[in-house]
Amino acid sequence: MKKLRLATTSLAGCFGCHMSLLDMDERLIDLLQFIEFDRSPLTDFKTFRQRCDIGLVEGGCCNEENVRVLRAFRENCDLLIAIGQCAIMGGLPVMRNAIMHAEQPLNECLQTAYAPSETVWNPACRIPADAELPLLLDKVYTCAEVVKIDYQIPGCPPSADALWYVLNAAVQGNPLDLPPELIRYD
Amino acid sequence: MSTTFTIHVDGAAIPARPGQTIMEACDAAGLYIPRLCDVEGLAPQGSCRVCTVRDNGRCVSACTQPAMPEAVIEHDTESMNRYRRDLVTMLLHEGNHLCPGCEASGRCELQAMAYRLGITDSNRLPYLQPVRPLDASHPLWVLDTNRCIFCSRCIRASREQDGKNVFEYVGRGIHKRLAVNGNHLADTSAQEGDHAMSDGICPVGCIIRKGEGFSTPIGQRRFDKHLIGEEIENKSGRSDLSTEEAQ
Ligand code: SF4
Ligand code: SF4
Ligand code: SF4
Repeated sequence: MKKLRLATTSLAGCFGCHMSLLDMDERLIDLLQFIEFDRSPLTDFKTFRQRCDIGLVEGGCCNEENVRVLRAFRENCDLLIAIGQCAIMGGLPVMRNAIMHAEQPLNECLQTAYAPSETVWNPACRIPADAELPLLLDKVYTCAEVVKIDYQIPGCPPSADALWYVLNAAVQGNPLDLPPELIRYD
Repeated sequence: MSTTFTIHVDGAAIPARPGQTIMEACDAAGLYIPRLCDVEGLAPQGSCRVCTVRDNGRCVSACTQPAMPEAVIEHDTESMNRYRRDLVTMLLHEGNHLCPGCEASGRCELQAMAYRLGITDSNRLPYLQPVRPLDASHPLWVLDTNRCIFCSRCIRASREQDGKNVFEYVGRGIHKRLAVNGNHLADTSAQEGDHAMSDGICPVGCIIRKGEGFSTPIGQRRFDKHLIGEEIENKSGRSDLSTEEAQ
């Protein structure tokens, strides 16, 4: 049987969803009989080796690099699955969208984070602007706002059981539909 | 003389009494119809439409529609459930529902309904991400109206049970929002013991009691162990429903 190729990435996420992947414990070994990792923080490949059957995306898009990576995933994966609340609805980072209605939302966001205050020591009022840093987007976008997403595994993070269920279903060629007891938004 | 009659829900014969709504008859028979704005002890108002069923072909809200003899009702079918999924999805997209940071998570009826209806599909609708006010003025409760689903349970409880009018809606359409009878909640007559402020009235995390935080561990919260509606399904057990095919 040909192994399925799996790629994973973390965009504007905390890596908690990837921790949950590892939380599958010894089931990962079973899974490795049917799945091969391509581009992923687990292999440390920074680009795609080959076209992949499945892409798992953690985190939404808060900067231009996130958008580039997400588009590369869409181009190179047959089935693109958003995992976790950050990828699905923005998660914690999306809280910054509460100020997107301001006149200059990005400026307000950076000022809130970096302007000197009781909790910020920054006398020169410097805001990080190194050319190496990806540019921040005006607001945080969900994955589905940027590319077509085929399925979502909710949770923060999704449980190892939920991830296992969907990957196993994909390997078996079964419908991915999570049963209600594995659907969690927290 | 009050006589019972029969309604036919998805092919099952359900006994009903004159004056009962479709939902009351189904509840008594252990058949759960999803609902959000209806709650035990308050007059039903049929506004969330999650309990929509087809009654002799017409879409009606089961919590307000009287059961009529020999009515043929469509309830747990792919088409009705898709309709319910769309309604609940829209509620989740209309407000800010950041469940991981919400104290109601695990006991929230909106979230539990989304689980029951299996909402995992890829987003077709935008998230509106409103910026509605947060009112932390009162010593006992916080109001985060970004999570309000406009079920009116607090409005009805305050009016019907407490004889007050602490809550009301202002604005129309997409601009409609929950308001209090004063500048802030602290300026109203809301107080400890009010039915409107009690557990189980606000189905979501809009009315939050201060000082509780995430007091119940994950795994032991209301909807961690069972689906919403199972308490009704288990009350009288569906096995004793007579299905017409079986007869
Ligand atoms: S969904 Fe939760 S666990 Fe996953 S990346 Fe976001 S914050 Fe981390
Ligand atoms: S009110 Fe319910 S659905 Fe909304 S964030 Fe809180 S737990 Fe989630
Ligand atoms: S505050 Fe809660 S109870 Fe009141 S209308 Fe909003 S969701 Fe319903």
